[in-house]
Amino acid sequence: MKPILEVKNMTMDFGGLRAIDNVDLSIEKGQIVALIGPNGAGKTTFFNCITGIYTPSSGDIYISANGKDERINGLKPNIVTGKGLARTFQNIRIFTSMTVLENVMIGCHAVTKAGIMGAIFRGAATKAEEKFIVEKSYAILEKIGLEKYVDELAINLPYGAQRLLEIARALATDPFLMLLDEPAAGMNPQETLELDELILKIRDTEGISILLIEHDMKLVMSLSEKIYVVDYGRKIGEGTPDQIRNNPVVIKAYLGDEIDA
Amino acid sequence: MTATREIKKSIMASIWFMFLTFPIMVIKVNTVTDTVEWRWHNMALVGVGSFFLSMLWRYLLKRKEAGGKKGKKPGLSLVQRLLQEKQFAIPGMVVVAIITLLFPHIFSMYQTSIMISALIYVMLGLGLNIVVGLAGLLDLGYVAFFAVGAYSYALLNLHFGVGFWVALPIGGVLSAIFGIMLGYPVLRLRGDYLAIVTLGFGEIIRLVLENWNEFSFGPSGIKNIPKPGLFGIDLSLQANTIYIFYIVVLLVIFTIFVINRLKDSRIGRAWTALKDDEIACQAMGIDKAKTKLRAFALGATWAGMGGVIFAAKTTFINPASFTIWESVIILCAVVLGGMGSIAGVIAGALLLILLPEYLRDFGQYRMITFGTVLILMMVFRPGGIIENVRKTYKFEK
Repeated sequence: MKPILEVKNMTMDFGGLRAIDNVDLSIEKGQIVALIGPNGAGKTTFFNCITGIYTPSSGDIYISANGKDERINGLKPNIVTGKGLARTFQNIRIFTSMTVLENVMIGCHAVTKAGIMGAIFRGAATKAEEKFIVEKSYAILEKIGLEKYVDELAINLPYGAQRLLEIARALATDPFLMLLDEPAAGMNPQETLELDELILKIRDTEGISILLIEHDMKLVMSLSEKIYVVDYGRKIGEGTPDQIRNNPVVIKAYLGDEIDA
Repeated sequence: MTATREIKKSIMASIWFMFLTFPIMVIKVNTVTDTVEWRWHNMALVGVGSFFLSMLWRYLLKRKEAGGKKGKKPGLSLVQRLLQEKQFAIPGMVVVAIITLLFPHIFSMYQTSIMISALIYVMLGLGLNIVVGLAGLLDLGYVAFFAVGAYSYALLNLHFGVGFWVALPIGGVLSAIFGIMLGYPVLRLRGDYLAIVTLGFGEIIRLVLENWNEFSFGPSGIKNIPKPGLFGIDLSLQANTIYIFYIVVLLVIFTIFVINRLKDSRIGRAWTALKDDEIACQAMGIDKAKTKLRAFALGATWAGMGGVIFAAKTTFINPASFTIWESVIILCAVVLGGMGSIAGVIAGALLLILLPEYLRDFGQYRMITFGTVLILMMVFRPGGIIENVRKTYKFEK
């Protein structure tokens, strides 16, 4: 079977700085894949290249979903989202002045289409669409476990709940692949455990594949089927959690060289 | 302990003010006798006055902070509750409707005329509210679209004899086109940068109108613009004012209707999301360019229609009516009233236009009052007179 996301020889330069150097990555349908590496390794840049925030300097990004193969290099972020790649952000980027439900409703934007005229005349189609958006969003909140906050302003949510809200919002775009950028950052162990379950649930019940960046090794090792390790923009390791755990290059990147006495 | 510190600070403030106002309040040169008068009593007045004002200021700030510390959610204000609860909102609307219907018959033509101006500003405020309040794009050149509307009616009428009712939609559409023309190059700008570019745009439009004599007749403007017609009937000046009043009221109602619908629609939510976070907004599948252009175009449409009515009402327009000052007033109406809140913007526009009219006796103190009110509002009620409330949804479970 074709991988649903395939990145080939992707390189990203910022002026003279090479943030990503010839990285390959592929994700099969239904896989949970982790991208790890020390701080500043280029993980988030990698996400930004895939989701269209940056255009990679060279290399190819292919997606394969619904029987269609497409190259998505250099497409605008909103187009990429429309094609089924949803993401969350490392530094939380919820819509602070909107309610929790509205945040999720925004996620439905890509799959709905009412325009200005629709909004003004509010015909049957628009009404039905609005109803669909509200119900779908509420159902997602229930699934994520945020329904008690439904009318709360998003800014008033506790930190962990804001992270979950980002996931809920991403779910609303009907993705086939979700890119989670450090979803467990700032969560306590209990919340991380719940997140672990949630990610599995999303994969199992929705059939959404997951690519995640994470520093919490316990979470990474328990969740992922395949792990990619990057350092200074280069891929230094790839394999199952066990292979990565025993990979000397990876250990060196994380812990440094052994000091010879 | 804190009280003595506050008093100390207030004393410092009052000494500072006495020093600051010393040259103008105390020294007076009598040019006839060539002597200097020392008016020390003025200094005492300034000192005592600024001391008490400073104390009051500190007290109010303390109270505001204490309110914030309690962690209590700022409950809905009285007006918001009145607007939300049907049993108050409907009779309220009926009362407002009756007053509006009777207004031109009860009050003099002068009052009606002022009210028309105020209502035009309500329209402008609501239009700018789309751009600034909903989409968060700080536009300081909004008056340019107002000018486009006014001149399109005046010129179309002059050259082609186009009537008011035809010019009204044309003015709106032309302004929308100008809105897109302005919007397109500034798509990547935000905040202060956008404000500067729009400010420049507003000035460019005004300067073009002022200097391109063959096109716009320069600073002397265009006169004898016909008032709106009513099936070819000739109306007296008074009847026509009343007629325009009703047209403006209808247009304001239309504006409120449209913006109310847009606000909580898919497009309106996209605007608010864009205001909150552009990158996240795009990651949710929203086309940033399209959404911004829609806001600019729609906002401009209302300014354009407002311009057509303005031209029809005054029957004379020249570039002096479209200075940066008008943009500032409209923006103030939006900010003072409450960004994004329809009721707030209406209140803000009415206050800002009507109060100066009725405070004409205070003449020279108008601007200082205006400034003080704005500062006080921003410090103590940054959300505006009537703050915007997000819509909540009901679920069938």
